[in-house]
Amino acid sequence: MSLGKPLPHDAAPLHVTGQARYVDDIPLPANTLHLAFGLSTCAHGEITGLDLAAVRAAEGVIAVIAAPDLPEMPDCSPSAHDEPLLSTGTVHYIGQPVFLVIAESHLAARRAARLGRITYAPRPALLTIDDALAANSRFESGPITWAKGDAATAIASAPRVIEGSFDVGGQEHFYLEGQIAAALPQEGGDMLIHSSTQHPTEIQHKVAHALHLPMNAVRVEVRRMGGGFGGKESQGNALAIACAIAARATGRPCKMRYDRDDDMMITGKRHDCRITYRAGIDDQGRVLGLEFTHLFRCGWAQDLSLPVADRAMLHADNCYHLPHIRIESHRLKTNTQSATAYRGFGGPQGMIGIERVMDHAAFAVGRDPVAVRRANFYADRADASGGSISAKMMPQTTPYHMPVEDFIGDALVSELERTSSYAARRAEIADWNRTSPILKRGIALTPVKFGISFTLTFLNQAGALVHVYQDGSIHLNHGGTEMGQGLFQKVAQVTAGVFGVDPSVVKITATDTAKVPNTSATAASSGTDLNGMAARAAAETIRARMAAFIADKHGVPPASVRFTKGEVRVGGEVYGFAQVANWAYQARVSLSSTGFYATPKIIWDRMRGTGRPFLYFAYGAAVTEVVIDTLTGENRILRADLLHDTGSSLNPALDIGQVEGAYVQGAGWLTTEELVWDAKGDLKTHAPSTYKIPACSDRPRIFNVALWGKPNREDTVGKSKAVGEPPFMLGISALYALSDAVAACGDGTIYPALDAPATPERVLDAIARVRHV
Amino acid sequence: MTEIAFLLNGTPLRLSDQPPTRTLLDYLRETAGLCGTKEGCNEGDCGACTVMVTDANGPKALNACILFLPQLHGKSVRTVEGIAGPQGELHPVQSEMITHHGSQCGFCTPGFIVSMATNHANGRTDHDTTLAGNLCRCTGYAPIIRAATAAESAPVPAWMTTDSEIPFAQISSGGEAAGRGGQTAPQNSSQKNFSALRPTTSDDLADWYLQNPDATLIAGATDVGLWVTKQLRDLPKPVFLGGITDLQQIERAGGQLHIGAGVTIAALREAIAPHHPSFAELLRRYASEQVRNAATIGGNIANGSPIGDGPPALISLGATLHLRRGDTLRAIPLEDFFLDYRKQDRQPGEFVAGISIPAQAPALRCYKITKRFDQDISAVCGCFNITLDAGRVTAARIAFGGMAGIPKRARAVETALLGQPLTPETLATARAAFASDFQPLSDMRASAAYRLTTAQNLLTRYVHDLSGAPVNVLELDA
Repeated sequence: MSLGKPLPHDAAPLHVTGQARYVDDIPLPANTLHLAFGLSTCAHGEITGLDLAAVRAAEGVIAVIAAPDLPEMPDCSPSAHDEPLLSTGTVHYIGQPVFLVIAESHLAARRAARLGRITYAPRPALLTIDDALAANSRFESGPITWAKGDAATAIASAPRVIEGSFDVGGQEHFYLEGQIAAALPQEGGDMLIHSSTQHPTEIQHKVAHALHLPMNAVRVEVRRMGGGFGGKESQGNALAIACAIAARATGRPCKMRYDRDDDMMITGKRHDCRITYRAGIDDQGRVLGLEFTHLFRCGWAQDLSLPVADRAMLHADNCYHLPHIRIESHRLKTNTQSATAYRGFGGPQGMIGIERVMDHAAFAVGRDPVAVRRANFYADRADASGGSISAKMMPQTTPYHMPVEDFIGDALVSELERTSSYAARRAEIADWNRTSPILKRGIALTPVKFGISFTLTFLNQAGALVHVYQDGSIHLNHGGTEMGQGLFQKVAQVTAGVFGVDPSVVKITATDTAKVPNTSATAASSGTDLNGMAARAAAETIRARMAAFIADKHGVPPASVRFTKGEVRVGGEVYGFAQVANWAYQARVSLSSTGFYATPKIIWDRMRGTGRPFLYFAYGAAVTEVVIDTLTGENRILRADLLHDTGSSLNPALDIGQVEGAYVQGAGWLTTEELVWDAKGDLKTHAPSTYKIPACSDRPRIFNVALWGKPNREDTVGKSKAVGEPPFMLGISALYALSDAVAACGDGTIYPALDAPATPERVLDAIARVRHV
Repeated sequence: MTEIAFLLNGTPLRLSDQPPTRTLLDYLRETAGLCGTKEGCNEGDCGACTVMVTDANGPKALNACILFLPQLHGKSVRTVEGIAGPQGELHPVQSEMITHHGSQCGFCTPGFIVSMATNHANGRTDHDTTLAGNLCRCTGYAPIIRAATAAESAPVPAWMTTDSEIPFAQISSGGEAAGRGGQTAPQNSSQKNFSALRPTTSDDLADWYLQNPDATLIAGATDVGLWVTKQLRDLPKPVFLGGITDLQQIERAGGQLHIGAGVTIAALREAIAPHHPSFAELLRRYASEQVRNAATIGGNIANGSPIGDGPPALISLGATLHLRRGDTLRAIPLEDFFLDYRKQDRQPGEFVAGISIPAQAPALRCYKITKRFDQDISAVCGCFNITLDAGRVTAARIAFGGMAGIPKRARAVETALLGQPLTPETLATARAAFASDFQPLSDMRASAAYRLTTAQNLLTRYVHDLSGAPVNVLELDA
């Protein structure tokens, strides 16, 4: 059985030898052209002059395209058709593409793109949350509000009220491979696209639309991405469309790759936000009533902001049962990059809000924050062994009225408290802090409950295509894309498991819209859940045909045929899998099948905020210990202990890799990674020299990572759970460990109110605050 | 047309048709068809393009994206395609990376592999430091470090030692070094493929530069590289200084260390560690291993950046700067070199030849404040060197980077301290004096207020540090 084996990433031998091929490594015809955008330098205004003479005259330039050169402007938006490929007269942010250079080389295109002379009649630019609120600049007509119970009354009658407002920064994806696409014109006007995208069908759809072609005339292929993290769900559209129209215009293959600075200037990032809260609590820190306001800065175009902000609302409860809650969400339109999908898709922002409330409540009542968190938990629905608690107790419901049927937070947190020695370390740190005037340590435990399924219900479908060749080798294709998460290997393990063969027998192939159509983005952590099930269905169809054939030969029932260890056991005989495949071929049995999966049970009304948007929840918890310097605000993670629920893991090595990597990325979001725009709306952190993702030494020196390891109660592939996004939010423990360390600098009367990212400067500010400076 | 000769994965190459500011990365990917080396940022900050370059001093990891082809003359280059053995045998770091699940998306992996193989060849086990210049967004680094650790004990494969056995003079015999007087000097800098000048002595450079003061001097190219890859500038008359061995010496004479301008940051760090451990620790956090292997102290000074980390430490040491113009030598206090933002006291045709510092300064402490500890540019870099005699301050040299348009001494602070005991009252007066020394700016690295407060607090840290109190979050374990 190949399920559950800690196999390496299927491409690991290619990665380490430099043979793994990314889009920019694909050999293209010698006459390939290269593209670059000329960008707006004005945050908001009308273009009054567009002098591209120097661009056209530059060495190596074949053509230059701006809005006046196109009879109609292609749209790049994944949602609202509000993203023209090139500015059509108004510019909406600094970095917006205004014209397109087609040149003989990448360098020639970049050089020429700098030579455009654009003049603007500037308009007032709305850059901040406050700017947008004041101008009532937003997507949708007004805020979205979901409520359960009566928050206002519960707060009014509560023994204590805590309130606050805090800012949480955005996050650049910093996929190591920047955005890239290539278009190769085919006969009859067809187009072949190579794209670094999480969403090949979207690329196909947008390119077909731009070229006025049916989708069957456009084929998109994606072997792998050099990282995605949500940043390649919609942000690759512009490059693919640009390549396609340039390829059609010139008849030559066209490739476009953003230089890193262009990538960071043009593309969207995680939404930054401000969250205000007012909570009524009792003396134990239990939240009796709670009001949240989410203010999301969405940038200039709608992109995926509505579902992102929805998912933030859907995670405003995290692990806590909140009988009286009101959540108001504002999706604000600003003259900045259009914020987009990023690992967690709003979930992290929603979750950090309620964790702030828990942290603040614990401070207010003077209890250990873990005790306060546990006092607010949903009731566990499983005992420590993973078995279900008796059904006589009705499950509690979320703020959106979904029963929480699978809560394991209490058991999981108990286990983590034990393995991390949380209580003893908390006491030891308090002692240590009393004798350390300059350095202070802090510790925090935060839990995660993350809903699994696309909230746009129709996206929860997937297809696969499996072939068994006459030599017994297997070809696997499905709609998911590989961005490093190990999806391909997991699905290969599922497929191999059905046939009882070693995964090495299964050839993993590039995602291809001509093999599996109408795919959803590889997103929402759903890649394995959806595509694994589809591939399993395809493989089971073929296996059933092979079993029926061989059973008939032996006069036994098909159900008695066993596929295991590369062999087929039937009626007391044992044959090699390849032998049976060859016999089946000769007997004219079809050895190819599609497979399909649609997630059951889910139903969701986003306007009313009610339903069951998720098939299940994935859980986890983390303990982080930090140290801060009270003179400079410098801070460092000393230790992290993670315990994460991936159900029955399909591949524990890949899952632990996701958990570790997600934690560090999540901690980076809340510590070193700071996006800074200047007063004109110009992003000043547009390269790794100024935008600091975690480096090697930022990982916790002591880093204990374990999987919970109990099966998913829902019927998912191998009883596993999705793992891509949920552990990202384990990083939230780093922020609250820093808050704990800052609190240790004060006299216990002022809550640290630490904003994110907790750069040295923000930590130093918070220290001054708690010290009444 | 100047010829460039080097070994690429063991194969001799002679190039004569390449522009002198073509990067090795572009050459590898676009011309040589070696696409294993990746472009992640094109500015030397992510390490995806790391290659191993071996010369007489041994193998070094360098960023190919800001490495111009003429810098490779006479050297041996090994890319990720050359790390496995001739029959495809995996290098120990490659097999351990597979075993420990050290790759996810795989895009940073070739750079890591080359860094790790270089460190392995050099017996380096300080992985957090040597890999700080390789960014990974997927793994969180833990499995990569496990792999690097697991590979430590494996012997260096035979095929990895051959580069060091190459007689380097032989590789370069085909390409001429510029003779005295600069016979190969470019005639017309607007030509695309003008020849690149590669002097081998400082005398040659002095003569030629005096006649060509509009030339662009290129040592490690860790900043000049970005003028090309990011600003897309044409560099007039590039002259490559890497072959001038007499500028690469460190000598001790009397109580002074004389450091040639061409000494790399990596070499400087190693040489000064026994003398100035705090300065060496500052240099450990100077950019990344790949950048330290290329960047020179002369370049760091001549560049004149207000946020370079070398000058504050050197000023607080009382360094003397040696400048040369033709046959004229000039020595000035380093702090006098920095006149104004990006304006230095350097005449046309004059270049930084070296620097002298005292060999001992037991009270020197260097503090670098950044958002990220490794490979980040200082928001504030504060260096303190205070002498106490009978409880009173008898000498004080305090210098900061990131606090003004130039690396600058804190003279008002020094004045407030001189002759005083280090009492809370003295420190309060000295803290107040910071505001007259510095009016820092707000930018993406920090606000003006944070910079000023932190600078003041670093004086407090310094006093605690001298008393032996723990003041460094990097020195604490859980």
